[in-house]
Amino acid sequence: MFDGSPPASLLAAFKESLHSMGGLFLDPPAAGDQLAPVRAKIAGAEVVCSTVPEIAGNRDIAAVNNPQDLADVDFAIVRASFGVAESGSVLLCDADLYVNAVAYLAQHLIVLLDPANIVVNLHHAYRRPEFRDRHYASFHTGPSATADIEGVLIHGAQGVRSLSVLPIARRSGSTAH
Amino acid sequence: MNTPAAMLHPELLDPNDPHVIVRDGQRLDHAEAASKSLRARPEPQPRGAKVHGNRPIDQAEAAARFIDAPEHEKIHDERLWDLRQKRDREMHGIAEWEELRALASAIKEHTLTHLDQYLEQFEANARSNGIHVHWARDAAEHNQIVHGILTDHGAKSLIKSKSMLTEECGFRPYMASVGIEVIETDLGERIQQLDNEDPSHVVVPAVHKLRTDVAEVFAKTIGTDPANSDVHYLAEAQREATRPLILAADAGMTGCNFAVAETGSFVVCTNEGNADLSANVPKLHIASIGIEKIIPRLEHLAVFVRLLSRSALGSPVTQYTSHFRGPREGGEMHIVLVDNGRSERLGMAEFWTSLKCIRCGACMNTCPVYRRSGGLSYGATYSGPIGLIIDPTFNQRKYSNLPFASTLNGSCSNVCPVKINIHEQIYAWRRVLVERHETPFAKRVEMKAAGELLSRPAAYRTAIATADIALAHLPRWVIYNGLNAWGRNREAPHPPPQTFHAWHQANRGEKK
Repeated sequence: MFDGSPPASLLAAFKESLHSMGGLFLDPPAAGDQLAPVRAKIAGAEVVCSTVPEIAGNRDIAAVNNPQDLADVDFAIVRASFGVAESGSVLLCDADLYVNAVAYLAQHLIVLLDPANIVVNLHHAYRRPEFRDRHYASFHTGPSATADIEGVLIHGAQGVRSLSVLPIARRSGSTAH
Repeated sequence: MNTPAAMLHPELLDPNDPHVIVRDGQRLDHAEAASKSLRARPEPQPRGAKVHGNRPIDQAEAAARFIDAPEHEKIHDERLWDLRQKRDREMHGIAEWEELRALASAIKEHTLTHLDQYLEQFEANARSNGIHVHWARDAAEHNQIVHGILTDHGAKSLIKSKSMLTEECGFRPYMASVGIEVIETDLGERIQQLDNEDPSHVVVPAVHKLRTDVAEVFAKTIGTDPANSDVHYLAEAQREATRPLILAADAGMTGCNFAVAETGSFVVCTNEGNADLSANVPKLHIASIGIEKIIPRLEHLAVFVRLLSRSALGSPVTQYTSHFRGPREGGEMHIVLVDNGRSERLGMAEFWTSLKCIRCGACMNTCPVYRRSGGLSYGATYSGPIGLIIDPTFNQRKYSNLPFASTLNGSCSNVCPVKINIHEQIYAWRRVLVERHETPFAKRVEMKAAGELLSRPAAYRTAIATADIALAHLPRWVIYNGLNAWGRNREAPHPPPQTFHAWHQANRGEKK
């Protein structure tokens, strides 16, 4: 499993990997509202679609019949099934997203990740049940990117312009898989 | 993390790039980004190999035209060498790198030698997940099957992500001929589609173009300002132009990087997320999958995913690694498994291991010939070292010159994540092509003359001694002139004071 010398802190390793792949790590405040960094981010946004019970948006994902209806979403807030320290990836599956396209049509993506659900590397990741149970499971590692033109790095090539991760445990009582 | 890599053409360095993205004080170079900013001067774009039906492609002619466009050649050389060095940087960070390569090679060889078993297992599992599975013997059948699926759904427009298999099948021209609009969503592929030109590299399709070339294409096709070649401007323009097409498309198509027999699922890796848009926005998702993409189990994915992006881009993983195991609620998913000569290649004793290829492009990035010729000089879907060994199986006559477009330096074999002995297969193809008289007349004459000299030791030694003296004393213009192709872009090595044979005789006695 190539996990002989794991990093001292999986969360710290995850953060470093995430940053090198263009993602943003939202440091939770020491005390008070754990979701404050997310609220700050979405403050000026017109359309926020939240699929998580921890924070409310103004577009109800359950009412979305066609993916195309999500084209005007500024911020989507989703819960990751788990994260991977080696690469800074988060796993988003159809059960997390409700409508898969929300993670690609939104301009910006905010991901809630339980720090207890970070595995050390991909060998461990592929043992997780999501790959056997779900119809769709995608590793997101930072935002959409390309450098197809002269190697110049672009964020927001076709998908989200930014991806931010907030480390926060899943609220007890909410749907777990 | 970001140790500066040595430059081949330091004059290309752009020290004042305002667009550098920085995180934690480090320049970001994930995905296919260059580790340093480069700037070339505008120059007309050299076009690819001249294709005349089935006549053998003259790669050297096209390469010469690419080299004659020095701005294009230098930045192409620099960018791909940078990707090679980024790959090395990633490799050095993984203690188990060689072990992963050995595993990847072994998994592929095992799967390929039991391919029928794994294909049937894959199909059974995919079907039980609700996926429609189709089998296509060749390119034509692939195109017809996809056309059939689209017609059944009344689909007139199709968005797709990058798939070399669909390039191989001539998919876009076929769709155009039956009146179905196809929109490429990968930025590099879209540039090439809009420019009516093939992709030049399996991973970075427009790597041969300058930003000014792209500005020209977009000005003609999506209405951007022809004088504005700012890369962020161009990328944003393409995003805005393509989004409505994605939202309105009737169907979506992706390729596949890996197909897992154990779960009947397949994996698509992109940096843009365009495969996920293509698959998740329209109701209908069609995936074209070459039969060699199969791997046995889920756990094997870890080996390949860890190797793929590091080898291809020098980035630990692609921005998106998506696993499809079944259709969405209310959606429909189809897979087309394509042979197109693969099972025939499986039967070739010297060449079957080329089927291990995971299309990372590392061989292209390292190949000195490819870097200075451009992928379009090969006139084939697959260029560079891997192209040299698989293209002759598609058309032996048309691609008969390609295996000679190599210095046999072996760097390709060195970087191949699945340990294909590429340079040895290139050599093996030369033998095959000569035996089948598929070599040009001039080359046969030269090789025959060389054979005469090399088989006579005394004549050979005299010739070498003469050449060394000649090299030491002839004026430059005799060596570096139009007739000596070798001398056109290379300095001849300095001749030694005596031949090795003479030195050996003098220093080690009479033993011959």
